[in-house]
Amino acid sequence: MTRYRVAVHITPRTGILDPQGRAVAGALHALGFAGVHDVHVGRHVVVELAASDAAAAEREARTMCERLLANPVTEDFAIATIDETAGAA
Amino acid sequence: MKFGIVTFPGSNGDYDAYQAVAESLGGKAVYLWHKEDALQDADVVILPGGFSYGDYLRAGAIARFSPIMQAVSRHVERGGPVVGFCNGFQIACEAGLLPGALLRNDSLQFVCAEVPVRVEATGRFTDRFNVGQVLALPIAHGDGRYVANDETLDRLEGEGQVAFRYVSRTGDVDPAWNPNGSARAIAGITNAAGNVLGMMPHPERAVDPLVSSGDGRPLFESILARVGA
Repeated sequence: MTRYRVAVHITPRTGILDPQGRAVAGALHALGFAGVHDVHVGRHVVVELAASDAAAAEREARTMCERLLANPVTEDFAIATIDETAGAA
Repeated sequence: MKFGIVTFPGSNGDYDAYQAVAESLGGKAVYLWHKEDALQDADVVILPGGFSYGDYLRAGAIARFSPIMQAVSRHVERGGPVVGFCNGFQIACEAGLLPGALLRNDSLQFVCAEVPVRVEATGRFTDRFNVGQVLALPIAHGDGRYVANDETLDRLEGEGQVAFRYVSRTGDVDPAWNPNGSARAIAGITNAAGNVLGMMPHPERAVDPLVSSGDGRPLFESILARVGA
């Protein structure tokens, strides 16, 4: 088994009102970032786990997202990075 | 007939619920600690308001893994009644007992107010109301915006599973009177079998006319009448 650090991005599903993102977009406009047309505020979750290989680590992280980390009704998720970390599992 | 009121770490509406059913209505009630794995023969389960597990990850997301929730799910499968108020509604959705989800209020503000709520359907929790009746019920939440896909919303409406809706004082659906941006102004729903009710307003905080409208009382009377004293 190898240790991995899997980073997951969870964002509000497109089409579902994201008032937080809208408020941040408004604040960015106030700072003069006129080119900003949308902002989405989500969560970044880092899971450290042991798996046989990177593919297995990703599979497991996806299952975690489907079952807990993301709400399937309102959120989308994407695996951002998978890094091998030092130390035997 | 006994109410079982679940206390999660971070629940704050459990005592209100106890007060409502035991003190105001004279029913029997027990607290069920979240680590228990049985319901102490409770006939009706109340998932109270609060901030279980600090709303970590998402409101209600962690509470569903408490041991007591296994017993609650079995109770639901057997047709036993469960009501969730506020955080209890969020927990019921996260646990899959009710469809949809509750997201941050569209205003981004925590809303604490007494709001008009219209009774949309009668059933085992709402027998003692009249359809169309406008209640004044307190709400106190930051994550109360009900969201579901259109198919689910159509099904809820078609099957009479929308129990309560936010309306104006005159009983009209009006975006200005939707306190959190809920889809179709939905304030409370039941499951397909009709034995699970989730609602953001707090009827348990509106049973005593001394400190409230008293409009929540018939909800508990409905339950008592159906399940039997």
